[in-house]
Amino acid sequence: MSGESTVAIGLLLPDVLGTYSDAGNATILAQRLRWRGIAAEIRTITVRDVPPTSCAVYLLGGGEDTAQLFAADWLRRHEQLRRTLETSAVTLAVCAGLQILGRSMSDAKGQHYPGLGLLDITTAPGRHRAVGEVVATCAVPGVGSLTGFENHRGVTTLGPGIAPLGRVIAGTGNGTGEGTTRHRGEGVLTERIIGTYLHGPVLARNPALADHILHQATGQLLPDLELPDQAALRQTYLRGPAVSG
Amino acid sequence: MVVQTPGAGPVATVPPGPLPMGWWTRAAVSAGLATAGLSRWLGLGAGSIIGGRVTLALDRQALRHLAAGRRVVLVSGTNGKTTTSHLVAAAVRTAGRVAHNAGGSNMADGAVAALAEARGTEYAVIEVDELHLAAVAEAVDPAVVVLLNLTRDQLDRATEVGAIASAVGKALARHSSTVVVANADDPMVVSAAALASRPIWVAAGASWLGDASSCPRCGQTLTFTEPGWHCACGLGRPTPDWWIEDSKACTADAVLPLDIRLPGQVNRSNAAMALVAACAVGIPADQAASALREVEVVAGRYAVVHRGGQDLRMLLAKNPAGWAGMLSMLSDPRPLLVIINAREADGRDTSWLWDVPFEQFGSRQVVASGERAADLGVRLSYAGLEHRTVADPLAALKALPPGQIDVVANYTAFHQFRRRLGREREVAG
Repeated sequence: MSGESTVAIGLLLPDVLGTYSDAGNATILAQRLRWRGIAAEIRTITVRDVPPTSCAVYLLGGGEDTAQLFAADWLRRHEQLRRTLETSAVTLAVCAGLQILGRSMSDAKGQHYPGLGLLDITTAPGRHRAVGEVVATCAVPGVGSLTGFENHRGVTTLGPGIAPLGRVIAGTGNGTGEGTTRHRGEGVLTERIIGTYLHGPVLARNPALADHILHQATGQLLPDLELPDQAALRQTYLRGPAVSG
Repeated sequence: MVVQTPGAGPVATVPPGPLPMGWWTRAAVSAGLATAGLSRWLGLGAGSIIGGRVTLALDRQALRHLAAGRRVVLVSGTNGKTTTSHLVAAAVRTAGRVAHNAGGSNMADGAVAALAEARGTEYAVIEVDELHLAAVAEAVDPAVVVLLNLTRDQLDRATEVGAIASAVGKALARHSSTVVVANADDPMVVSAAALASRPIWVAAGASWLGDASSCPRCGQTLTFTEPGWHCACGLGRPTPDWWIEDSKACTADAVLPLDIRLPGQVNRSNAAMALVAACAVGIPADQAASALREVEVVAGRYAVVHRGGQDLRMLLAKNPAGWAGMLSMLSDPRPLLVIINAREADGRDTSWLWDVPFEQFGSRQVVASGERAADLGVRLSYAGLEHRTVADPLAALKALPPGQIDVVANYTAFHQFRRRLGREREVAG
């Protein structure tokens, strides 16, 4: 049941961009609202659906190469959704989802494909696949360290007016420098869009980032949540850059 | 030997007799066996992987030479390889001696070790990791390949599932005399096995289609219409030669019992695939079906371990598809111990836990354990499952009541836990 006060979370194309379990981010956002007494619902939006434009948050996940181009094409065909992402909703885009929102993507043969153009970024394939744990310092105040698992070959270059989500401490992230400095950047951060290469899912590993998204989407101040195992989980991955088992 | 024609599908041709092995291969095999023996003596493990590696390092053609003259069945796919290979081996053993990598070492080195340790057998049943199927098939020229399913597993290691299916398809196309026993309900398997000259299609079911919503051939969205599926590009579910009805495997002119002891629908599917594979190497169908019934424990899985006042039923699930198959086995509201590691053999990325529908587990007592107990614990909280988290699995048992307990672990967690239970018994004498 969807009422006035229910916060809708739109999970975009999990049938195409569901390879890396990023749909978990939707579960996390919805539960963190419910635990604070705010009604929430997840709307799963597949390629067969006409996408609603009423969601407060939209989520895009990672996927395989052909699926990514298919998803980009699908999003371009839904102009109203594009406008919603640009002007009113808050979006979390992971990996392939991040690349799709940029100006263009290119494949190993040098072929260029247009993105949605919501972010001033371009992505080209790197020499090696980046696979492993990432630690980054998040640019969002109060979020602290970001932890996640990256698995991609994309090298993402940010335009001059756009900032990364974080600064890489360990791992690859965007694979490019951050502005004119030599720091390596991870993801992108704009007023409405958070883009990242991190799986895990990223919000399971970084609950403060989840609450930042929820605060932006609802305008509400959210009280702290104590979740069992959360501190231990973060400690597992943040205790040092050499993360191995 | 009388080759009885099974109900449907071709029977694999008999290969020429054993070829003499060169002195260098014999030396390489001896060195491998010696290394394996040393490894066992030192208590380092079963020794099959290190022994196989030594042999392969000395003679890269060792697998080809060791397999020559045997009727080889390769069992591959993402889930069910170990169980199905045990079922096939049980059925084939009714007709002769079988070399089998029973411990689940499923790359080329494991195959070499199994063949080296059981020389001169008429048959070999080899479980093969799907990423290595093309290379192993090239070397052993199999009589039969069983292709169970192809889904996502260990995201950090594997390439995309579609790329695996494509590589397997190309390998199958190169072996025109190989019979391919393939699951008609899995679009990835069909896209690969469609290239085989001699496929036998089994409607074995698919417990999880999370990776199969877009066509493996062209990328469009697949249409699923019970019981079939198809794509606008023409790829679709082939008409099955065999199918499962209740507890029976059926083909156009035969109905065979599948009243196996292994639990769950997923194992009935594995048994059906095993039965068809056994028939394809010439085992009489009735004989094969009764042999399947005898299999109770597979490399420690499904075993019940008595410890203190607890009866631990040992189950292994290592990815979302494996867990989907597990759900039907966990039907009782039994307490549950889940043990999760993230070592190399498990895949380092634990994201997959979020594709397991823990929400459906209902109100049973659950303890989260293993080296990644915290990842699991967080997942369970978001699934609304009350649980306790105890990283050490033996200590975790203390948090559960006496009586029957289901233990589900992923790969290295399962073997670690079994070893620790075994050591405890030795100490207890």
